[in-house]
Amino acid sequence: MSFLELNKVTKIYPNGTKAVHETSMNVENGEFMVFVGPSGCGKSTLLRMIAGLEDITEGNINLDGILINKVDPSERDVAMVFQNYALYPHMNVYNNLAYGLKNRGISKEDIEKKVNEAAKLLQISEYLQRKPSMLSGGQRQRVAMGRAIVRSPKIFLFDEPLSNLDAKLRIQMRLEIKKLQQKVGVTSIFVTHDQVEAMTLADRLAVINNGLIEQLGTPIEIYNNPKSMFVAGFIGSPQMNFLEGELKNKTLTSEGFEINNVTSDFNGPVILGIRPEHMSQTDKGLINLSVDLVEQLGSDNLIYGEIKNKKDFCFRCSGSQIIKKGSKLSLNINDNNYYVFDKSNGNRVN
Amino acid sequence: MIRYFSSNFSHLILLIGIFIMIIPVWLIFASSTHTASIINTQGLQFFLGDKFLENYTKVLLYEGGFFKEITALKMFLNSFLMATGVAFVSVISSLMTAYVLVYFRVKYATLLFWIIFITILVPLELRIFPTYSVMSTLNLVNSYWGLIIPISASAIATLFFRQFYKTIPDELLESAKLDGANTWRFFIDFLVPLSKTMIVAMFIFMFVFGYNQYLWPILVTSSEQYWTVVMGLKMMSGSIVNKFAFVIMSMIPPVLIIIVLQKYFIKGIFQDK
Repeated sequence: MSFLELNKVTKIYPNGTKAVHETSMNVENGEFMVFVGPSGCGKSTLLRMIAGLEDITEGNINLDGILINKVDPSERDVAMVFQNYALYPHMNVYNNLAYGLKNRGISKEDIEKKVNEAAKLLQISEYLQRKPSMLSGGQRQRVAMGRAIVRSPKIFLFDEPLSNLDAKLRIQMRLEIKKLQQKVGVTSIFVTHDQVEAMTLADRLAVINNGLIEQLGTPIEIYNNPKSMFVAGFIGSPQMNFLEGELKNKTLTSEGFEINNVTSDFNGPVILGIRPEHMSQTDKGLINLSVDLVEQLGSDNLIYGEIKNKKDFCFRCSGSQIIKKGSKLSLNINDNNYYVFDKSNGNRVN
Repeated sequence: MIRYFSSNFSHLILLIGIFIMIIPVWLIFASSTHTASIINTQGLQFFLGDKFLENYTKVLLYEGGFFKEITALKMFLNSFLMATGVAFVSVISSLMTAYVLVYFRVKYATLLFWIIFITILVPLELRIFPTYSVMSTLNLVNSYWGLIIPISASAIATLFFRQFYKTIPDELLESAKLDGANTWRFFIDFLVPLSKTMIVAMFIFMFVFGYNQYLWPILVTSSEQYWTVVMGLKMMSGSIVNKFAFVIMSMIPPVLIIIVLQKYFIKGIFQDK
């Protein structure tokens, strides 16, 4: 039996909108699970159902062997970090951390000990007497996490907690969350729309689209083996290139080139997906790219150009290479690292 | 230069306004420290006289009314009890009403709110007979509760608290729920401290409102024991300087409450932002 079990969980709002469709999944003890998907895909709703902030229309949620469908949020022993932190504005940091403990009838000395431990862990000890309004974004973020940690709950729920921070701080906090989770070892669920966050944080990843889990697996599994066009396009940065084509008798024709011996029995119109980083320059390659734009990131160059009818085709190469606008490149796909999707439904066919 | 001029100009306007309001009060105050014969012969006085203590103690301790049962001191006590009672009851009741309207899953909460709100269109003067009959059925005629309760349901305060609660983000409630706060704890630990500034403002407002009541206390109290200051202003007899002294004293409590509470009021505004 898993630590957290979702069994055919469905959410239908009173106005008839179906936010989550019969979702089933298991989260193991100590695991860091990330829900990733575009906004409005139902990932937050799913998280809020686990927290108890939304009713479950159908299905069951078990936490640590207990059916929690009807259990009050305060009794579920879950802690949540909100997008806007939801710190208590009228209480200082100490009381923000202590409030949940006080309500659980823990003695004053124990509260003090726990709060100080958590504050030390998060390096907010010196701010304990301040009000949230006197803290910076990063510090507020830490207080919000401290409030979750201090209660040592069964499960942490993060609802896009990094999206209010600036880029640099986001990367820093991302690292800290991961470190912290490894240190504390609490089962965590993290909701985000940022695929980089998802990839870097997750032990396992659930890519959600339109209220359905499209794919569930380790980040690298999903990156290497996307099951559908949606997952392939969502995971990976820059985005995978998609080219229209036709598959017939294991031969794929697309935008002026052919790939033979495709491992698929599918016949018909397809979408060919190639990741920008899965190509390299050769003398007589498959793909001929005329360069429109070069983005120099320092370590890498992102080269955007045209191949026959397809615009903004992206190719990633080492930053040491100098490529000028207007030049022509000849590219090969490395190690048959390409993906073929059925054009009609987006499912992977190779 | 223009800014300097306009700032001075606005100060000038403010000063004129202050003088217009202060001068009559000063005239009454200065006159109340003279003997009645000076006022009667020479009119209102601009400068202080030497009868301050004499006039004011006389007014405070004079036993007035038909049955000689009431002193000005007692009137002040009555008015103070009534005004604080009205302020407390109305602030607490509207805080709670707003809480229920915003946070409880009440069907037709908006409609209910507007029904509460339109009571503004029905002032006490319009419902005075039914209200009196309710009070007399409840045996509250000639009692402090009889003075307080009928004017303590404040739709305006409910409106203010409701609008304020609506600006509080839902995450705060959700977060508090996860932290184990129940319905009552959320109210006490979150809404009350967060609306502290507004509570003080409403308290001042309702205190002055309660203090200024005239028609209702007249109707609901037949016993002189329950006379209030504002009733006393109409009822009092005696010489003109004593009347002046009473007028001056009657202005003190509302001014005092503002001066005392203003500190918290302003502190609250600056702390929250």
